[in-house]
Amino acid sequence: MPDFGYKISKDRQINFDENSKNLFAEVAMREPSVYRCISCGTCAATCSAAQFTSYSLRKMILLLKRGEDKEVITSVSRCMLCGKCQLACPMGVNTRNLILSIQNAIKKLSHV
Amino acid sequence: MSKKVLIIGAGVAGLEASGVLSKLGYNVTIVEESDRIGGKLNRWSHLFPSRRPASEVLEHLQLNLDPNTVIITNSKITDIAVKDTSIEASLNTGKHIDADAVLISTGFELFDAKKKEEYGYQIYENVITSADLEKIFKEGKELTTSKGKAPKRIGIIHCVGSRDEKVGNTYCSKVCCVTGVKQAIEIKEHLSSCEVFNFYMDLRMYDRHFEDLYQEAQVKHHVQFIRGRLSEAFENPDGTVMVKVEDTLLGKPMKMNLDLVVLLVGMTAGNNSLFKKQLRLETGTDKFLVPADEHFKSVSSKQKGVFFAGACTGPKTIENTITEARAAALEIAGYLKN
Ligand SMILES: Cc1cc2nc3c(=O)[nH]c(=O)nc-3n(C[C@H](O)[C@H](O)[C@H](O)COP(=O)(O)OP(=O)(O)OC[C@H]3O[C@@H](n4cnc5c(N)ncnc54)[C@H](O)[C@@H]3O)c2cc1C
Ligand code: SF4
Ligand code: SF4
Ligand code: SF4
Repeated sequence: MPDFGYKISKDRQINFDENSKNLFAEVAMREPSVYRCISCGTCAATCSAAQFTSYSLRKMILLLKRGEDKEVITSVSRCMLCGKCQLACPMGVNTRNLILSIQNAIKKLSHV
Repeated sequence: MSKKVLIIGAGVAGLEASGVLSKLGYNVTIVEESDRIGGKLNRWSHLFPSRRPASEVLEHLQLNLDPNTVIITNSKITDIAVKDTSIEASLNTGKHIDADAVLISTGFELFDAKKKEEYGYQIYENVITSADLEKIFKEGKELTTSKGKAPKRIGIIHCVGSRDEKVGNTYCSKVCCVTGVKQAIEIKEHLSSCEVFNFYMDLRMYDRHFEDLYQEAQVKHHVQFIRGRLSEAFENPDGTVMVKVEDTLLGKPMKMNLDLVVLLVGMTAGNNSLFKKQLRLETGTDKFLVPADEHFKSVSSKQKGVFFAGACTGPKTIENTITEARAAALEIAGYLKN
């Protein structure tokens, strides 16, 4: 392709209608406490992965609900499953099992 | 002879105050401009947070009315003045009323959603208000799109006509967040497979049981809450409405199609210009009436013998309106004893 000296930016908009929500449905079935999340960010504030990378469990839950699966897949690999977030979460979201469920659901739906 | 109190407005505030004042031995006359008593209660189906039928609350208020209370409906006050220790009022029907104290309980008006033209109320087929939705529930009608189909995806829009400098209302209407959560649950109870989204800036779940409703909406009904104010809405050829918001918790713009949009209209001040002028009452920048002291005279005006109760002094719930109406009745009794 000729180089025109500029590139086309990627569309950042969430196109909710086109995004599949199958991954979220699979995860929510495995770990229904995900519905309790109030997006408070307590988990991300205590998370070592979030301190050094752009990873945030709070955001990952939202991305999952919106069907932004690609970003969920890159995000989830950052988690070290230390479980600190679970101690911090005020809503009793079973965060560790949630993250494991995301990993397993990704495998099952073979998003790799 | 027992002293007389004139109550202007037969909504929750006027009716509750009337019941208490009668019990305390005063003669009450209520002037109501519409053809029925009850105010907005007549328009709501089930109330937050308990989901009690609005009709039950109205019945209770009616039962508490003294049989000797004079209720004048379909009437407007045309003149009112404080003369020494009495109040004199004239009605458009030619009637004159004199009283020893007056309670203003004229309530609020719903924000006119047409003013927020970009949301398409009465322009797009599938945009309704929270008040329209209450009417559908109250009449036991089925919730459908304009084409008579069961909606598969409904968006509930918070802060319509509130927290909005452009329409002139910078304040929060206080009751719409919880109304939106209640209505989301009610929609899910009617149409369990319908997806429901609440688009909000802040979820103001301040009162007792409100937060429980929010959790119920999420955990039991899987209602989705998206933080972002509705930015654009436009109608597709098939009548669905495309909305654009920023999902501010993700920092990303987002678009989706909705089969039906519900606008949570806020509360605006009623027309109190006659009372303001003739009784020299103050209104705030929000146009609601201003009490004499925000802490200690919250149900009194600065004018001798003139009292306030309910939503005429700002957005509030029915529970708070009832509490205020009782406080006003006691304040009036204290005033009339001296
Ligand atoms: C969409 C929506 C849903 C709501 N749902 C709930 C709920 O579920 N639970 C809850 O707690 N609260 C709810 N509220 C709030 C509730 O409606 C108010 O708290 C309540 O109506 C206030 O009562 P009020 O008597 O002060 O005013 P109103 O109900 O407005 O009554 C005022 C009365 O005065 C009359 N009037 C006005 N001006 C004059 C005049 N000049 N002369 C004579 N009469 C006059 C009016 O005709 C009316 O009858 C809701 C509000 C909205 C907007
Ligand atoms: S379990 Fe994962 S998300 Fe939770 S604190 Fe540890 S690294 Fe962060
Ligand atoms: S701490 Fe819990 S409730 Fe808060 S964002 Fe994280 S998972 Fe959600
Ligand atoms: S109660 Fe909620 S919807 Fe209503 S104005 Fe306040 S923040 Fe907006």
